[in-house]
Amino acid sequence: MHSNSQDFCNRNPNRRIVIIGNGIAGVTCARQIRKMDNSARITIISGETKHFFSRTALMYIYMGHMKYEHTKPYEDFFWEKNRLELKQTWVKKVDFEAKNVIFEDDEPLNYDILVLATGSKNNKYGWPGQELAGVQGLYSKQDLDLMETQTKGIKKAVIVGGGLIGIEMAEMLRSRNVEVTFLVRENSFWDHVLPPEESDMINRHIREHHIDLRLNTELKEILDDGQGRAKAVLTNHGETIPCEFVGLTIGVSPNIDFLIDSTLATKKGILADLYFKTNIPNVFAIGDCVEFHKAPASDRKNIEQVWYTGRMHGETLAHNLCNEPVKYQPGVWFNSAKFFDIEYQTYGWVPPLWDSDFNSFYWEHPEGKIGFRMLFESQSKIIKGVNAFGLRLSHAFFDQVIKERWNADKVIQHLGKANFNAEFYEKVHKDISKRYDLEMGTNVSNPKRNFLKRIMNK
Amino acid sequence: MKNIQIIGLAIFVLGLAIFSIIPFLGSYQLEKEMVADTVKEEHQEILLDILQPMYGKTYFSNFAFVSDYRNYFDQFNGELKEKEAWDEVIWDDYAFALTKASTKSEVKNQPFLFLGISIFASVIGALLYIFPLYRHQPEGIKNDGIYHSSMKSRGVLGIITGTYLILFYIILYWFPEYMTNLVWMVDPISMGLSGNPATQWFLYGLMYTLAILVMGIRMFRKYRGNKYQTLRTASVMFFQISFAFLIPEIMVLLNKPWHDFKNIWPLDYSFFYDYRMEGMLSSGAIGMFMLVWGIILIVIGVPLLTYFYGKRWYCSWVCGCGGLAETLGDPYRQLSDKSLKAWQVERYMVHGVLVLAVVMTAVTIANYFSGFGLLGNATNQLHSFYGFAIGSAFAGVIGTGFYPLMGNRVWCRFGCPLAAYLGIVQRFKSRFRITTNGGQCISCGNCSTYCEMGIDVRWYAQRGQNIVRASCVGCGVCAAVCPRGVLKLENGPEKGRVNDLPIIIGNDSITVKN
Repeated sequence: MHSNSQDFCNRNPNRRIVIIGNGIAGVTCARQIRKMDNSARITIISGETKHFFSRTALMYIYMGHMKYEHTKPYEDFFWEKNRLELKQTWVKKVDFEAKNVIFEDDEPLNYDILVLATGSKNNKYGWPGQELAGVQGLYSKQDLDLMETQTKGIKKAVIVGGGLIGIEMAEMLRSRNVEVTFLVRENSFWDHVLPPEESDMINRHIREHHIDLRLNTELKEILDDGQGRAKAVLTNHGETIPCEFVGLTIGVSPNIDFLIDSTLATKKGILADLYFKTNIPNVFAIGDCVEFHKAPASDRKNIEQVWYTGRMHGETLAHNLCNEPVKYQPGVWFNSAKFFDIEYQTYGWVPPLWDSDFNSFYWEHPEGKIGFRMLFESQSKIIKGVNAFGLRLSHAFFDQVIKERWNADKVIQHLGKANFNAEFYEKVHKDISKRYDLEMGTNVSNPKRNFLKRIMNK
Repeated sequence: MKNIQIIGLAIFVLGLAIFSIIPFLGSYQLEKEMVADTVKEEHQEILLDILQPMYGKTYFSNFAFVSDYRNYFDQFNGELKEKEAWDEVIWDDYAFALTKASTKSEVKNQPFLFLGISIFASVIGALLYIFPLYRHQPEGIKNDGIYHSSMKSRGVLGIITGTYLILFYIILYWFPEYMTNLVWMVDPISMGLSGNPATQWFLYGLMYTLAILVMGIRMFRKYRGNKYQTLRTASVMFFQISFAFLIPEIMVLLNKPWHDFKNIWPLDYSFFYDYRMEGMLSSGAIGMFMLVWGIILIVIGVPLLTYFYGKRWYCSWVCGCGGLAETLGDPYRQLSDKSLKAWQVERYMVHGVLVLAVVMTAVTIANYFSGFGLLGNATNQLHSFYGFAIGSAFAGVIGTGFYPLMGNRVWCRFGCPLAAYLGIVQRFKSRFRITTNGGQCISCGNCSTYCEMGIDVRWYAQRGQNIVRASCVGCGVCAAVCPRGVLKLENGPEKGRVNDLPIIIGNDSITVKN
């Protein structure tokens, strides 16, 4: 497709590359371009903050674990040293004809190459009362600052939406002893991602943290206190729950409002091919805001809104802007999160439900806070993916075994090598393999005997 | 906060207040016999004479007493110095011993009562505060509110605490004559342990040990469920109470020199001083063991154990300074400076101190074998400079006093020559490293923030690089606070330990070298 790399983008020395968005995608792209191209002029624009910070760490600022400064992955001198120009202002629109970025309050900025890495914005579903004071989502630094003021001294809050940001918000509020009611539309927390056992473990853990978790409950309306502030929510069960703050955490979608009335092709996000090329020459999109025409792999979505994918988009586009372009080809899927005190890691493909082509093995610690699941093909026993809860597993190990399509028995046999827990921790892989043998009728937990048996059988 | 914690805090503060008032109680009266009992024979005649105006006179404060004593003493010495009669000048400082002997107070009469309402009350108060911490909460490290806390984020309370500690250390090191009541208070304990009267160092040792024990219990609460932290803390508590506190006192009881068997040169900078060498050489088999064991630790123990386990075997499992930093200092670990600048300063300073300690010791040993001739003066000068600047000012006043201001490892990071030595081994020849877990890092910054040694752990983690740093004391807190399971302290093969061009896995499009 891009056999002639000259067609891909402007490759003049001293080309001016402008990146809108200083999140992980935009910043990774800028850093990697600078490593390969010493002469390009690179500018990163963001209205949110001057410097790159870790969005995933916003919750820790609220909880008092860190200050904003601590969330900056690079010291402030880094940008000048690497000749990455920073511009803190909001972009109003882009004039793709004249190749100009137009600002709210500054002279237009001309570009040769434009990288759109504008991230996401909070979803809102049009509930009555969603514009009241005390109602908000949580995505940006501005959201965090707003949350700080809106929750000052409050006693009760309601969170709507059982996803990752919802549970983070619950944890944040609990750290300040705010009573939290958590409305989750589904039968179980995050059950469109987690299989029932895992989801149930997190349900229990949420309740252990004294959160009033309401499953199968939807928001109908947010009630006004008469002065434009939220005073309660009304649920689909007709119940009124008084509160002083409502967190709307029902997901995010690409932040592209300022681009909609332009020649740039968009759908939910900015449409691009797997080289991150949009319909306009020299304009590229990466990170949360890009919507691929075609998903990058069978187990991937057209819009990828994870820290890690943002980073990979940035790396890959930087490569393409400086070298022979390659198609974005993500490897084995991985992700992680932390639900209060329970860490979660996943490698490969583990959907919430599967058909009879697949078989699953699940083990849970008697105390109910450590869990391990492996999904594999029923016939061939080839591993598809794993979920780990309260258990740290080696990324390198699972990247290898999933890529090399190991047999499930062999994976369990070598599970000790995947252990990434701190020293002196209870070694659960033995319990896991014993359980596996019991359920599968195998004998992988005792490889020595296995070995003897094999010799004797010969 | 629960009621019992509020009561505990009140008792703690009250105990601390009483502790701070005790030095000002009672009166001071010097008698001729006290001078005779306290002062070295060669100085007796002179001091008995020049202190004559003080005998039988009652002073109602230690300030008045010490001031008068200094007047007479300095007048005598001053005249001799003017005449440049250096040999006749009395260089010994008898202020503490004479003030202690002259003390007349209720504290001296009822030491256990005052010990009970000051130090022990503080201990009980602290425990009442600590035991209910994180109760009815699921296991897991809670750093909630640290940066909202005035005490833990260099606020007014933190600055007050730092100032109090700094003042305490200044008085302890240079003006102990003002704390004789406190020393009397622990006299019976010292008599019971070693059969000797207490000095300010015994008082300090006792308080130090109690601080490690009480704050060690806090560590058990705070890091509940984390086996590495629990074991490590139990280890420093054990080494403090046995090796640093009880065994040295038992040595004294057995008429052997006071000796801490886990202290290693050059942290134990006076190990090769002539009085220590004489002490060991004249103490029979035990003394000989002290000397040989000490040397074995330096030349074999440090390199070998550091090769297998990293410097953590000492710094965060055994060492007394480390023990205090990891327990009393834990609430302040986040205050260390993570900037590149601080790292540059650190490398010059800590290795500078190591060079100084080595030079000083080399001169000391040369002086010892050359029969205290030519190098005598240089040795004395070096000893007094090192003792003042490094041993007292740096290790004590700055090392601990600055906990609430610059974090709990200021001494270990910028000043400890043993840490420098261990660090060189760790950096260049060790199996220890902190491994990062593929591409899972989200650059959140918890690891860097809570690194007491000021290592920017995230800088490595986010590029998938193992952390191999001279300064890492292996406390394991970076791994413990990581929300994504990215970091793991490990001893493993040297091959692949240092990966300068790491690759973050997960992207099959290209191979990005970071």
